[in-house]
Amino acid sequence: MLFLFQTSAISVRDLQLIAPELILTVVACVALVMEVILPYKLSKWTAYFSLTGIGLALISLGAQFVNMGGTFNLRALQSLSAMDGFYGMIRIDGFALVFKAIFLIAAALAIAIAMRFLDIEREQHGEYYALILFATVGMMFLGSGYDLIALYIALELMAVTFYVLVAFTKRQKRSNEAGMKYFLLGAFSSGILIYGMSLLYGVTGSTNLGDIGRGVATITANSPMRPMLLLGMIALAAGLFFKIAAVPFHMWAPDAYEGAPTSVTAFLSTGSKAASFALYARIFFVALAPMQIDWAPLLGIVAAITIVVGNWAAITQENSKRLLAYSSISNAGYLLLGVIANNAYGNIGLVIYLLVYTLMNMGAFGVIISLRRRGIIGDNVDDMTGLAQKAPGMAAMMAVFMLSLGGMPGTGGFIGKWYLLYGLFARADADHKNWYYWLAGWAIINLVVSFFYYLRFIRVMYLGDRVADDQPLTMSPALRTALVAALVGILFVGVYPQPFIVLAQKLFPAQTNSNPVRQPSSIIDESPK
Amino acid sequence: MFTNNILSIVTWLPALGAILILALFRKEQNDLIKKFATGWLVLDFVGSLWLLGYDRGLGGMQFLEDHQWIPAIGARYQMGADGVSVLLLVLTTFLGVLAALSSWKYIQKRQKEYYILLLLLQAFVLGVFSSMDLFLFYLFFEVSLVPMYFLIGIWGGENRLYAAIKFFLYTLVGSVVMLLGILKMYFLTQDTALAAKVTQATVDLLAGNAKASAMVATTLQQAAQNGTGNFSILYMQAIGSALPMGTLQVLLFLAFALGFAIKVPMFPFHTWLPDAHVEAPTAGSVVLAGVLLKLGTYGFYRFNLPMFPKASADESYFFSGTNHQFGVRSVMIFLAIVSIIYGALAAMYFVVKKDGDVKKLVAYSSVSSMGIVMLGLFALNPNGINGAVMQMVSHGVYSGALFLLVGIIYERRHTRKVSEFGGLSHVMPGYAAVFLAMAMTAIGLPMLAVFISEFLAMRGAFEANPVWAGWAGLGIILNAGYMLWLYQRMFFGEIDNEKNKLLPDLSVREWAYLLPLVVMSLWIGIYPGPFLRYIEKPVNAVVRQLRPNYPIPGQPATSTPVQIRTQK
Repeated sequence: MLFLFQTSAISVRDLQLIAPELILTVVACVALVMEVILPYKLSKWTAYFSLTGIGLALISLGAQFVNMGGTFNLRALQSLSAMDGFYGMIRIDGFALVFKAIFLIAAALAIAIAMRFLDIEREQHGEYYALILFATVGMMFLGSGYDLIALYIALELMAVTFYVLVAFTKRQKRSNEAGMKYFLLGAFSSGILIYGMSLLYGVTGSTNLGDIGRGVATITANSPMRPMLLLGMIALAAGLFFKIAAVPFHMWAPDAYEGAPTSVTAFLSTGSKAASFALYARIFFVALAPMQIDWAPLLGIVAAITIVVGNWAAITQENSKRLLAYSSISNAGYLLLGVIANNAYGNIGLVIYLLVYTLMNMGAFGVIISLRRRGIIGDNVDDMTGLAQKAPGMAAMMAVFMLSLGGMPGTGGFIGKWYLLYGLFARADADHKNWYYWLAGWAIINLVVSFFYYLRFIRVMYLGDRVADDQPLTMSPALRTALVAALVGILFVGVYPQPFIVLAQKLFPAQTNSNPVRQPSSIIDESPK
Repeated sequence: MFTNNILSIVTWLPALGAILILALFRKEQNDLIKKFATGWLVLDFVGSLWLLGYDRGLGGMQFLEDHQWIPAIGARYQMGADGVSVLLLVLTTFLGVLAALSSWKYIQKRQKEYYILLLLLQAFVLGVFSSMDLFLFYLFFEVSLVPMYFLIGIWGGENRLYAAIKFFLYTLVGSVVMLLGILKMYFLTQDTALAAKVTQATVDLLAGNAKASAMVATTLQQAAQNGTGNFSILYMQAIGSALPMGTLQVLLFLAFALGFAIKVPMFPFHTWLPDAHVEAPTAGSVVLAGVLLKLGTYGFYRFNLPMFPKASADESYFFSGTNHQFGVRSVMIFLAIVSIIYGALAAMYFVVKKDGDVKKLVAYSSVSSMGIVMLGLFALNPNGINGAVMQMVSHGVYSGALFLLVGIIYERRHTRKVSEFGGLSHVMPGYAAVFLAMAMTAIGLPMLAVFISEFLAMRGAFEANPVWAGWAGLGIILNAGYMLWLYQRMFFGEIDNEKNKLLPDLSVREWAYLLPLVVMSLWIGIYPGPFLRYIEKPVNAVVRQLRPNYPIPGQPATSTPVQIRTQK
């Protein structure tokens, strides 16, 4: 770090690499000022300003894509070469671009569905939008960080803004409680994470992911460093399990999701999850790539448990936000399958599923937000009763979101799950290990369980003649646009996924970096019981 | 243009109708909506008649369509139909019209949604029968659950919520396990060692004609260009037959079989069916029994038999085989026979039971009937499989009719208990006559549809193993027993219930949708030749695939069906 200050040579090229983040940061700062200047009535302008900022960031992301040799003519698209900046602290490659795009989409949707909602909560403050943008900046650095320090700072930027956002409706006890819980457990898990990072640094003597990867590859099974390395890997995995809300570190999720303002829950369950998976992929695919044989069983067991616990716990929930929290836990389990697979197909699954998951969860929370009216909290599953008669369009959209969450063919959820399983199969095929098949079977059987509670929403909306209340829903143009965009996205990915697959394939190829692969003979324990 | 896309047109026409209803009509225009929906389904039926132009002499897959869909995984939009698909497609559109007609009075609430869902269901089911690409097939197969879930759940009886979710989840278990099988099959299409073993002759045999073979060739070429596997059903069948017999083949067989066995439903997996049938509205039951159950048996015919011929033909008994073979065929036959007898006994129970439900009875008789289909399929000879396919068609006709009849009496009396009725033939002679015709069809009276199919299936089973035919015969006798008993209790004797005294006989609309079924039953019963000629070549190809050395009598000049007609 010192060396950075001494030379103080941050070139323009480096700044170009983080142009989207810079734009967002500036917009977020301006949004903070706007909040002070603008009268309360006009505070929506802040929202529109923030959305514009996100649009600009997307455009600059597109410009980066083109600069790196990308083309929007997908047939001609080739794999992009990576660009390092800030002395290897960040790396802009296809992986970074694709994840940043997902974060920006999530942020845009989170702002769109929140505008009217905050009015009703009487918490229409510009800080909300600024915080969302800051969190997004954190996520985007998680996507492009290539150094443990950078990654950790980015993670904390995201996490700290989320602690504030979860407690944003400060007059509500639930929200405060959720914020507190999330903060305490989050701080704890960050501690574990940084412990893991320090161990990795200790073993390999570098914080750069590529260097760590090369260092790890040199450590043989008999090396005295190996226990430390394993411990570091486990600590890293555990810290990340917390961030993605995988069992047994999932306890915070239902409380935080239920207590947080719904629009924040939506962003927390999509953006933050996607960012944590980006971190997972970066660390495990690059720094710990040589240890694939060690961490795959660990992740496999956690994924299996996460899927089953998330699904079974969701069944009994009455509160729809809590239910979706458990659903997001089980979805974290499914996404882990993509990390475990660690091949081209698993990567496609990871990207597509995260994109679709963002859309469908945002959509589902958007519908829940529309049920929040003056005097009605509207976050029980029961509050949707008879929605099909009262608001057929909303009910139909919710039905599609739920079917997609379950993975019905024809929706994006299916394509995502298809690739996650495909990746697992490909890994099993390549490694000649049967436990991958069992894991795939376990995951897919649990899909049936998940349909039980996804269908509950459809059941209360459609299969009854009772209508919960006759108050019209809260709709705003922004919310409507966001929901329709999510719907169109899901169906588009479901019916014609080709462009998305090609993008994911080219931008996030299987990691074949220079880390020499260890010989299987040097592995101690290779399969779980 | 029209002839090139006929399968797509027939499949997507109902979906277009659903969109039109959604866009054009207001919620209150019930009368217009139901007439429009029925008219639209008639249009679809007329369109599907075009498929009867299937070239029976040529055989194989016809009406082919092939478009790029998702090159990244090698999935293509491929449509095609062989004779079996053609019969099932026409049956589907035919029953679709009747289902819509029968709903005019039965459905009184949320009619717009009802007809939209009915049309969507038609579209998806038609898609299943005409897909030539496994990915496309799976999409239709799974999505068809959704409209049916709504049909049962919204317009069903008292216990509809339970029945709807049970139907959905139960069948979903099968389909997700099948998805694993599909994934593995997809991997196998990329296996070069296996691909080297596939001979052109196998592909030609399965495709049946040059055009279909050419389609497989294009698919392979495209897939090779993109470096992907492919989902061509014909190629997967060829791959499966090149697969050596062993654990992998048996597991794949079971993965597919579970998905289809639940749909059929076969004995231990049948429990969703009575619930779904009892709760579903009449039209739902008609489509469920007439068409959705055939998705299962069609799946066995299209996938399990030709794709895993060695597992299907595995003769060893249960676990006694050499090399720890599983004895797949014996398990399937065992379950089929249990289905036949168990279904019949359970149906009989509902005649005797104090508050026995007629609809439940018909549902269990479906289990029994579908058992015969399975027995015929796994007899693995032309007679058996011909019989099985014919049984699919005739079961569609008679069970559809029986559900319609039950629906009619339910509309009038709002009960379906056997004990509530008696002496109905005095007040409703027309109804009694049609019911009799259909009950006799179900029993398998000569000159009626089921006789032909049961005879063929039994003959096939007898050829394979006389004992199997014996057990199945027992089931058929039981079938006759409960049907006659039911008829006696409902229609003969004095009218002992005051409420039944003033029941009106069939209306014109009711005649309109019952008569075609009676005519169909008679037609198949008296002159099944045309139908058999549709399926003869495809079925023979499947048998060839299963047992390369099986002597198919007189193939191809004089075929089995002809012999049977001369015997009569």
